[in-house]
Amino acid sequence: MGWTAWCEQLLIQAQGGSALGPWAELNKDFYQAFVQEGRWKMYLEGVGNTLKVAVLALMLGVALGLLVAMARTFHDQQREERPGFLLGILNGICKVYTTVIRGTPMMVQLLIMAFVVFKSSRNLVGVAALAFGINSGAYVAEIIRGGLMSVDAGQMEAGRSLGLNYIQTMRHIIIPQAVKNILPALGNELITLLKETSIVTVIGLRDLTKAAQLVTSKTYGGFMALFGVALVYLAMVMVLSWLMGRLERRLRSSER
Amino acid sequence: MKKFVTMLLVLVMVLSLAACGGSDGLTVEKGKLHMSTNAEFPPYEMVTNDGGFEGIDVEVAGLIAEKMGLELVVDDMGFTAALEAVQNGKSDIAMAGITVNEERKANMDFSDSYATGIQVVIIKADSPAVQSLDDLASGVLIGTQEGTTGYIYCSDTVENGGYGEDHVMAYETGAVAIQALLAGKVDCVVIDNQPAQEYVKANPGLEILDTEFAVEDYAIAVKKGNSQLLSEVNKALSELIADGSVQKVVDKYITAD
Repeated sequence: MGWTAWCEQLLIQAQGGSALGPWAELNKDFYQAFVQEGRWKMYLEGVGNTLKVAVLALMLGVALGLLVAMARTFHDQQREERPGFLLGILNGICKVYTTVIRGTPMMVQLLIMAFVVFKSSRNLVGVAALAFGINSGAYVAEIIRGGLMSVDAGQMEAGRSLGLNYIQTMRHIIIPQAVKNILPALGNELITLLKETSIVTVIGLRDLTKAAQLVTSKTYGGFMALFGVALVYLAMVMVLSWLMGRLERRLRSSER
Repeated sequence: MKKFVTMLLVLVMVLSLAACGGSDGLTVEKGKLHMSTNAEFPPYEMVTNDGGFEGIDVEVAGLIAEKMGLELVVDDMGFTAALEAVQNGKSDIAMAGITVNEERKANMDFSDSYATGIQVVIIKADSPAVQSLDDLASGVLIGTQEGTTGYIYCSDTVENGGYGEDHVMAYETGAVAIQALLAGKVDCVVIDNQPAQEYVKANPGLEILDTEFAVEDYAIAVKKGNSQLLSEVNKALSELIADGSVQKVVDKYITAD
């Protein structure tokens, strides 16, 4: 008797009210949560949506974060008392952006984005990616700014006195040193972003977490579905941190 | 040696944690009947303005607890969490407009039915997309609450009489589904009749289709294999149904129209 047929039989037994042994129970739960009626397809679709939201948000977040961080750092590093009117305004906008985004919960931002700003849009992946990208941008901006600022002021002074202009000093001296400070924190942010996408369930988008919730709501089966998706998230994060680790090692090779 | 001691300490802590959940009596806490629910489902369960709970399920549970000589404790949580609370022994019964089906019987035990629920379709009054039940099959996007019969029926494959997962959105609560309908994210919402009445009352632009989508029986869920509690609950329930108390509670919340 094949495994599928055995599990089908276990299901019928359980529905009839007979108690199963722990091993049979585990098999039945697994079968009901992932195999029956081709449910794994729902999880697969969920992983797809989770990754789509995370990758799009990541790209948007890093781009936004880079822009904001550059504007803020450039503003703060001006020597003059008045750094210029336009730059001041830009710096103000960036400050408001980071304050508002970091000061309000992600879930509220997502709900506002889905039910107020893009009221009638049915492209949920797009809406979610935008909300997460904008959110992530604020954190990435602070991470990058912190990295740039952490490089000793003497480095900038040395570069400038050697005759390099601001941009050249940034490009050849400050940024290469800053990147090493930025990467670990940025990796952390990416991992957080990937996992945090699970709250898109509130707008009804079928991500990995939603797949588990939907299956559980159909079968009332306990933890199996949740453990399953927890493992998938863990695997995704492990791949991500492995990649970040490799990148960091490669950058470090120039240190000696 | 140090490692061994650490392991031992961890083990002791885990075991003592596990012991906290244990109880010798019929229910998880002596003298009390814990009911887990999702109190966002008027008029079956809802939160009162002062933070208490009321509704048909809450009152029926109160009557059952009284019959069993226990004090009722309502634990409010998400719908799925309410079910899991019963399965892992955090609460005794779950009542949240729960419908019985074959798939669920494999994981929980259910009492006899105490109320009948009807699933209806809510549309926007000026909606051209959905005018009758037949229109649901025309590729419109249907909003539902996850775990409800409405979601399960609608998301079933076309061969089984559903409309397929692609045409169904499942929200965590009915309120969000209604919000999505109002915003135009879905074309209609399939949901239990009683909450639907409340939602339509609160939102002038909405109306309910005359034809019912489905009829179902509500039951109380208990942990699988807890036949002692189940039979006590069923006994109390049948007495309460026989003497008309359950009907009285239903009538109190649902005015016949």
